[in-house]
Amino acid sequence: MSLLEIKNLHVNVGGNEILKGIDLTVNAGEVHSIMGPNGSGKSTLAQVLARRDAYHVTEGSITFEGRDLLEMKPEEAACEGVFLAFQYPVEIPGIGNTYFLRSALNAQRKYRGQEEMDAMDFLPMFREKLALLEMDDKLMNRSLNEGFSGGEKKRNEILQMAVLEPRLAILDETDSGLDIDALRIVANGVNSLRSPERAMLVVTHYQRLLNYIVPDFVHVLVDGRIVRSGGKELALELEEKGYGWTEHEQTVGARA
Amino acid sequence: MEATVSAVAKLESWLENYTEGERQAPGRALPWLSRLREDAFARFYETGFPTTRDEDWRFTNVSAIARTHFRPAGPAKLTKKDVAPWKLEGAAAQLVFVNGRYAPELSDVKKLPKGVTVASLRAQVEQHPETLEKHLGRYADTQRDAFVALNTAFLGDGAYVHVARGVVVEAPICLLYLSTQEDAPAMTHPRNLIVAEDESQVAVIEDYVSVGGESVAFSNAVTELVAGENANVQHYLIEREHLKAFNVSTLRIQQGRSANVASHSLLLGGGLVRNNVHPVLAGEGGECLINGLFLGTGRQHLDNYMHVEHASPHCGSRQFYNGILDGQAHGVFHGRIVVHKNAQKTDAKQTNRNLLLSDDAQIDTKPQLEIYADDVKCTHGATIGQIEENALFYLQSRGISESEARKLLLMAFAEECVERMHSEVARKHIEGLIRGHLLFMESAPHMPNGKVTERALEEVG
Repeated sequence: MSLLEIKNLHVNVGGNEILKGIDLTVNAGEVHSIMGPNGSGKSTLAQVLARRDAYHVTEGSITFEGRDLLEMKPEEAACEGVFLAFQYPVEIPGIGNTYFLRSALNAQRKYRGQEEMDAMDFLPMFREKLALLEMDDKLMNRSLNEGFSGGEKKRNEILQMAVLEPRLAILDETDSGLDIDALRIVANGVNSLRSPERAMLVVTHYQRLLNYIVPDFVHVLVDGRIVRSGGKELALELEEKGYGWTEHEQTVGARA
Repeated sequence: MEATVSAVAKLESWLENYTEGERQAPGRALPWLSRLREDAFARFYETGFPTTRDEDWRFTNVSAIARTHFRPAGPAKLTKKDVAPWKLEGAAAQLVFVNGRYAPELSDVKKLPKGVTVASLRAQVEQHPETLEKHLGRYADTQRDAFVALNTAFLGDGAYVHVARGVVVEAPICLLYLSTQEDAPAMTHPRNLIVAEDESQVAVIEDYVSVGGESVAFSNAVTELVAGENANVQHYLIEREHLKAFNVSTLRIQQGRSANVASHSLLLGGGLVRNNVHPVLAGEGGECLINGLFLGTGRQHLDNYMHVEHASPHCGSRQFYNGILDGQAHGVFHGRIVVHKNAQKTDAKQTNRNLLLSDDAQIDTKPQLEIYADDVKCTHGATIGQIEENALFYLQSRGISESEARKLLLMAFAEECVERMHSEVARKHIEGLIRGHLLFMESAPHMPNGKVTERALEEVG
């Protein structure tokens, strides 16, 4: 059984059809990259997988470990093991970083019938993950993402992922706006989480990230459809020829 | 039973109450005090209750108070066990008032440091009236405010807190006002005088609570707070009575040179609540923080009326009020800042932020700046919003349930106010009260007519 199976997915946002029939199968242990130009529907796909309800699925299905993902609320999907690293992490004043992360972890543990983790058990594990992401623990005493730089926010997303250890991690443009040092740190964090049980969906606009997180498969999303799929070399081809190349091909295909 | 009376007869019943009350009032032999009460009543009798045509009362209709025939709340006997749930752990002293009367057997005033006097106002009037004359009734405005006039006319009991020069009281002094169930609409007029002499430091908490079943009650409190030069005073108001309670409270602050005063308020209970805070920064370099949080649900009406008077140069004032309103609750924030002609270099800021959790909840927010000096900085801002969908989704996407995420976000919003409270004892107490209240607000059904919510609130409260 595949970890994630998307069939003929059509999604409507505010009356516009954004995804127009996506088929995608992701198995445990695989890293897939979704590439595409702005407005192609990459982020929509990521948000639908995290179960944002403003995105209406009009047709098709998504199963996660054989269960209907579309029946799940965002918190259920999270507890089942779906994690979205946000393109724009939200700042929430008044909720402490560490408190939030422990609450989230314990909500998930509770859901799975595991015992909640107290601060004594949580902290050593948490420190380890902080070190992995080279994050200053002073940041953790602050409110959630409040006053964080762009890079700190992205690292905080990967830190949360490292703590929550999802089955499926979706990275939505985690590389956007990062300098090369931050990119290396983020990629290093992501790579340390690669495992035969875990799959990743790396959504990106640029090929650069894929030098550090090497995907098994690359899919090109244009105008709500996957127009090409291939191995990691497809990303290089795209880098060279640009998205115009696939768009052209799609037009040709449509005429045929 | 709710007795209603005609417009003509209504003030007559107050006259009757006043005449009767005056016979038992403390300090009848003191000409200044008798005169104070008399003048105040005369003023009230002349003006009657305000109406919504009065600019200061535009958003709050007090006709329900005006048309009810109230009698002074009768004496009631409560045991230490009855009072135990409302006691504040860690207080330096706790004065308990039952139906407006000081209950020494329930109070605890033993742990106070030297230089601190805490007594019932009645006892102070009877035993040491000379300590009161300088301040009592000198600040609260009976001319402009009918409720202050009414309170002053019925001035009888309350708390007297005096902190001598340079004395620091670490833990807060708590004034617990309990009202019990009565057969007929009952009123109390608590009167507090807090005097913090130069360079002293103290925190006082006023906590209004209903015990037993619900009956129509009207609490009309006035507190005069005098902060001497360089004194540091924190005042906390907690309103958590049941929904049949009318609660009007007025805090009048008089600040000396370089005095630092903070007024914190938490409105959770009461059906119709008016919270007046009126600081006068009378000496140079004074700082005043006015910080409040109001959480309304059902059909609650919670009105916060701020009147900050800058009467001296180089003073700063900060107003921060956050409101969370659900059901058909109606909140009001009226922030008036008056900068007198000589109050140059004034720095006054006002912020009111509101979250409306239902379509029927309502907030009226009104800044009012009157500036007569020419070198001042005054800013005001207000926001009205809902729980942010982005933030809610973000929390949910990490596995936190929707209801838990809502609670976290509401608590975070409330926390902005809580963080400004310096007394740890008060802050922890208030934090606990908010947490409990949010839990219940979130668990109450969100009915469009607000009725179910109200019933649920009554059951819990």
